[in-house]
Amino acid sequence: MSSIGDASYLNPVLAQDSASSDINSFVFNGLIKYNRSLDGFVGDLAESWKVETGPQPVITFHLRKGVLWHDGKEFTAEDVKFTYDKIMDEKTNTVRRSSYELVKSAEVLDPYTFRVTYKEPFSPGLDSWGIGIIPKHLLENVDINTTSFNRHPIGTGPFRFIEWVSDEKIVLDANSQYFEGKPDLNGIIYRIIPETALNEMEMLTRGADYSSISPFEYRRMEEIPSVKVYSQPSLGYTYIGYNLKNPLFQDRRVRRALTYAINREQIVQYVLYGLGVVATGPFPNQMWYWNPNVKPIPYDPQKARELLAEVGWKPNKNGILEKEGKPFRFTLITNSGNDTRRDVAVLVQRQLHEIGIDVTLELYEWSVFIKDFIDARHFDACILGWGLSVDPDAYEIWHSSQIDKGFNFTSYRNPEVDKLLVEGRREYDIQKRKQIYWRIHELIADDQPYTFLFVPLAISALEKRFFLLQKDQAGKEHLEPIRMEKAGLLYDITKWYVPKMKQEVQFQK
Amino acid sequence: MSTYIARRLIYMFITLVGISIISWVIITQAPGSPIALTMDPKVSPKIIAQMEKNYDLDKPIYQQYFLWLERLFTGKLYSFKDGRPVMRKIAERIWNTLLLNVVSILIIFSLAIPLGIFSARKRYTFLDHLGTFGAYVGISIPSFWLAYLLILATVKLFGYPVLGMRTFVEEGFTTVDIVMDHLWHLMLPSIILAIGGIAALSRYTRSSMLEVIRQDYIRTAKAKGLPEETVYYKHALRNALLPVITLFGFIVPGLIGGSIIIETVFAWPGIGRLAYQAVLARDYPVVMTVLTISAVLTLIGNFVADVLYGVADPRIRYG
Repeated sequence: MSSIGDASYLNPVLAQDSASSDINSFVFNGLIKYNRSLDGFVGDLAESWKVETGPQPVITFHLRKGVLWHDGKEFTAEDVKFTYDKIMDEKTNTVRRSSYELVKSAEVLDPYTFRVTYKEPFSPGLDSWGIGIIPKHLLENVDINTTSFNRHPIGTGPFRFIEWVSDEKIVLDANSQYFEGKPDLNGIIYRIIPETALNEMEMLTRGADYSSISPFEYRRMEEIPSVKVYSQPSLGYTYIGYNLKNPLFQDRRVRRALTYAINREQIVQYVLYGLGVVATGPFPNQMWYWNPNVKPIPYDPQKARELLAEVGWKPNKNGILEKEGKPFRFTLITNSGNDTRRDVAVLVQRQLHEIGIDVTLELYEWSVFIKDFIDARHFDACILGWGLSVDPDAYEIWHSSQIDKGFNFTSYRNPEVDKLLVEGRREYDIQKRKQIYWRIHELIADDQPYTFLFVPLAISALEKRFFLLQKDQAGKEHLEPIRMEKAGLLYDITKWYVPKMKQEVQFQK
Repeated sequence: MSTYIARRLIYMFITLVGISIISWVIITQAPGSPIALTMDPKVSPKIIAQMEKNYDLDKPIYQQYFLWLERLFTGKLYSFKDGRPVMRKIAERIWNTLLLNVVSILIIFSLAIPLGIFSARKRYTFLDHLGTFGAYVGISIPSFWLAYLLILATVKLFGYPVLGMRTFVEEGFTTVDIVMDHLWHLMLPSIILAIGGIAALSRYTRSSMLEVIRQDYIRTAKAKGLPEETVYYKHALRNALLPVITLFGFIVPGLIGGSIIIETVFAWPGIGRLAYQAVLARDYPVVMTVLTISAVLTLIGNFVADVLYGVADPRIRYG
């Protein structure tokens, strides 16, 4: 496996970056985890759980018995409580705390039962119990921020930690005592290849078997006979956000006109080599809360001109739109170092120029961009992307209470959306939530505070010698090709199998 | 001489303090914060403020500077990125960078000086012009581009991995195989790293040689009938290489400075990558410590070069 960045903390409570999360997901388990289609949960360390809804919901987790830490000690509810306490401890340098702030109490009822009571209904909170549980007996008396545990983790997961050579590799081997059975792979070597353009070289020389790749590598990877390339829409989207405090963008018709004038199909073709889908609203395409009835606004520059004319923007003799003698002119900003966004910006500038809008582009280094422009609300329009969590709750992005000091930096305000966002996070029933989020999708798509550009595909490349080892009802084993699940290609990694004749890499023990 | 050395040492100390204060101000006052670099809607501003407090980022800048100094000398300095002791992070990478740089410097010196002498002796011939042209190409070619081409060519020709410090499957490797594997992985990055240096140093040697052979004492040596070889290699070369001592002052800090580009392209786990990532992540403790170490080495390098001049060149005297 290869990754562009090294891990930081092999401790699920502290980890923030994707490399660390990758490794932690192999070494640790949460109480529950998402199912393969990401529309519900299945038990992980918890055998079963029960949600009692009400003004103060209670979740009771019944834990698996006989689960062992990699050092041989038994896992109990005390470890779960310890993990929670460490997250809530202000001295712990964790960014996870927000998701637990509505927890009123967390108690150990007996070694195999753990109960959480919430101050008020908060359905996205369930997701937060998927966090990797850390062992109390090893972390009780040390400073969690600097302990050597963060580099030599002990978990309960399918793979055990062996070694970590900084900026080079992390080695894991199969946990023979794993509660769902020992994985068929002997182990995982996670290599750090900082230069994405060279992934292909590593796949060619068998230096890596699996790698997530960028759109520009897609064709070339497909040409390697021993490699199969997988893709699916990712959990996020790229957009142009309009500052609604700017009078220019306050009329909804103007924002819709801008979307009509932007050829998003073309952007996907040119910038992502076709490896993306046009976004219709604030949710990623493959999820249950994405509303299929919201159709994308088509590319129609004529319609855009008409809408703008309605608001009073008329072309002057140079073809630039003007209203009361003022030309339609704004600055589009984005962060430097992201070639996709830069290319999008250039295309948008040209496309808007065609209908007579004068766009200036500016690029800033990420930290400056966030601090001086986004946080300061000091911009006309910006190109950015959201990477979202699986739960649909988007309160922080769209609720009007987040305008002054939150992530609603476009200052979007819609009372109905506000109300639905609150309802959505108080509702536990997935069918009811679906209705709520479908409606939110419709409303926001209507208002177009953003021009929702595209949902990029997440692409990964895998050596062809891996298969899934499945058992049928009679208990007979057979091989199946590995499939891309909504939950990702690695969802079934514990069942990956390499037929004997193709086994190449032996493990040193 | 000893008063000179003592005075220099005091100046060096003052310079070092100055460097560290100025770097501290520039680094910490640059926009951006080490906390929450990604925009994650699930991280509330309250938590970011708490984290800043945990990392003492809410304290006044001079207090932060003294805290850094104190922790540096008591070994309690931890990286913001992964909570590991900064010194250990540097220590585990320093040998990798040293190995790469020592090998490339050996390549530079063993090729560049003979090349320079050769060009000087054959000056204004076709071979000399070819050398000049080669040197310009070597200096101006972007190293990352050349690296890509070389990697592509090697992989296509030999089908053997070149990235990283070693091939990771070492099952059944004998000691000889492991050493050979290391050398293989060392080959491309050190060559790429050396190319610019060879080009520059061979030009330097050439011009310095040309200057020396115009001197009277060379004419005298020639006039008294010494063989040409003796004139060039005994009388001229010694004098021509004096300025190389100056280069020594630059080489010492360069030894650990590392190269961000080469280390990134070749996935080489060295100091350059560490420092670069630390800058991007605003990991102040790591950035400051790496900077301070390079500053110390630069100062030492210059100092040693100056003293060596006094030893090697009888025309120079320190009062």
